[in-house]
Amino acid sequence: MKNQLLKYGALVTVVMALLSGCSSTGTETDTAGAGTSVPSSQVSTGSVSTEGVTATTLGTDTAVPRVFYFEFDRAVLNAESTAALRLHAEWLHANPVNVRLEGHADERGTREYNMALGERRANAVRDFLISEGVNGNLLEVISYGEESPASLDSNETAWALNRRVEMK
Amino acid sequence: MRKIGFLLSVCVLVTCWLPSASAEFAIEITQGVDNPTRIAISPMTLGGRALPEDISKIVSADLDRSGLFSSISRQNMLSFPARENDVYLRDWRVLGAEYLVVGDVTDQGGSYKVTFSLMEMAGGRKLFTKAVDGKAAQLRDIAHHISDQVYETITGIPGAFSTRIAYVSAIPKNGKMSFRLMVSDADGARERLLLASDEPIMSPAWSPDAKELVYVSFETGRPAIFRQNLATAAREQLTNFRGLNGAPSWSPDGRKLALVLSKDGNPELYTFDLITRKFTRLTTHFAIDTEPNWMPDGKSLVFTSDRGGAPQIYKLTIASGQVERLTFTGSYNARPRLAPDGRTLVMVHRDKGDFHIASQDLVTGDLRVLTQTYLDESPTVAPNGAMLIYATKQGSKGVLAAVSLDAGVKFLLPATVGDVREPAWSPK
Repeated sequence: MKNQLLKYGALVTVVMALLSGCSSTGTETDTAGAGTSVPSSQVSTGSVSTEGVTATTLGTDTAVPRVFYFEFDRAVLNAESTAALRLHAEWLHANPVNVRLEGHADERGTREYNMALGERRANAVRDFLISEGVNGNLLEVISYGEESPASLDSNETAWALNRRVEMK
Repeated sequence: MRKIGFLLSVCVLVTCWLPSASAEFAIEITQGVDNPTRIAISPMTLGGRALPEDISKIVSADLDRSGLFSSISRQNMLSFPARENDVYLRDWRVLGAEYLVVGDVTDQGGSYKVTFSLMEMAGGRKLFTKAVDGKAAQLRDIAHHISDQVYETITGIPGAFSTRIAYVSAIPKNGKMSFRLMVSDADGARERLLLASDEPIMSPAWSPDAKELVYVSFETGRPAIFRQNLATAAREQLTNFRGLNGAPSWSPDGRKLALVLSKDGNPELYTFDLITRKFTRLTTHFAIDTEPNWMPDGKSLVFTSDRGGAPQIYKLTIASGQVERLTFTGSYNARPRLAPDGRTLVMVHRDKGDFHIASQDLVTGDLRVLTQTYLDESPTVAPNGAMLIYATKQGSKGVLAAVSLDAGVKFLLPATVGDVREPAWSPK
């Protein structure tokens, strides 16, 4: 664990360097899509994506998972998730950036209940990070319920992949 | 680096009618009653000239889809009477027809007038003669009106053929889903696009006057409730809270919405007064409270809660705040909708691991599983209480299906493209 933490710490430095090079990342919702007549959001998102950076710098061997999986109708973090989240918490504690926690459910059950379930899962991740010392103001929770599945198939394997929280 | 922010491609359309040929659902009746009533609808023409829409074909399809009727094919008909006086009873009795509908169309300079009669073959007597008129674009409305009159006279139940269905379709686009909010006639025809978005659209619900919809759209990057007028396309974002903004349900008097917000920590039911713009919190519980639906009297709501450890259906009396559990059969009962009688509750029910649609009589407490399809959800009852439409899966594709409240009639409405989900039957 200690060794892993050190590795993660080193990678974090690289991530930070990359992040500082692209600090102009937009933080407002972009409503300039073609042919829109959409009222712009009154809430500023205040979120900065680190996606892409981690994919290229963490690498497959040492990548700390950014997706956390759950049992059906449950929002309890498993041991693998808490181990990964401790590493994220460590890093976020030292490098406070905004993080978006997207909660998801599988297609079974009703859509609005699954919205609530996705939120409960993302809250479980948020609460764990806070308990590990991360500033809660950095963490935004959004539930997608079953509306944005990782796998479009309709079987146990797909459902297991879809019951998740993604850290972005 | 990925550009953050939400590249929106949302368009609101009000006059965009898709080509009707691709828009119609192909209805596949999978179960009907044992002895459906045999009925013949004589072709209705303008003095022998075909109309832009084939009224008698639409009426036949409407009645067949109810499962209670079996219409006689035109090619078997021996004569095509347009008026009562032209009817030879033996031409119809020999085909086993129990009822016959004839109709006479006249051109009134820009509009059509259809005078139609329903006749009972056994006694050879006329049950009614009525007239309806409309422009060429309203011929389908005229046909559905005729279906309603015929259905009500024979069954004693008002027809629901002139109603509409709102639903969401999801179409794969560049490896992602693209979402559309649609409205069509109850038979799937005249499909109309109301909103297209690259972000999810969910939970459409009708206003009691059937002129507006409320729904949830993620177009701002998070779920928000919107209201949209069907005729004018006027559109308004109603909520923008942190967390869930979902499950809107319009009150029977049209003044309020019941909805779900999790801004204070976890999902709770609220009402939103559309006139005073005031939110009132209704529930205070650490569990999930969601999917409210108004009782017809507007004084209470049914909703889903997992306050007992698993999702079950509860009733909340608004004035007193009193909560009462309604469902006790099965480990998962959710998304309640009430039939217009206020007595029949329909819901998603898990039975031995499978999700089906069930109904429960709120007086006797009896629960009945109505469907045997796969991953059934989102039941919505017709305003006449005879049928419900729900979403199900065929393979990995989302389709709509219908079942009568007595489970005797079942049919599928396969979509031509994409996943179809979350039907909402218009209240009128």
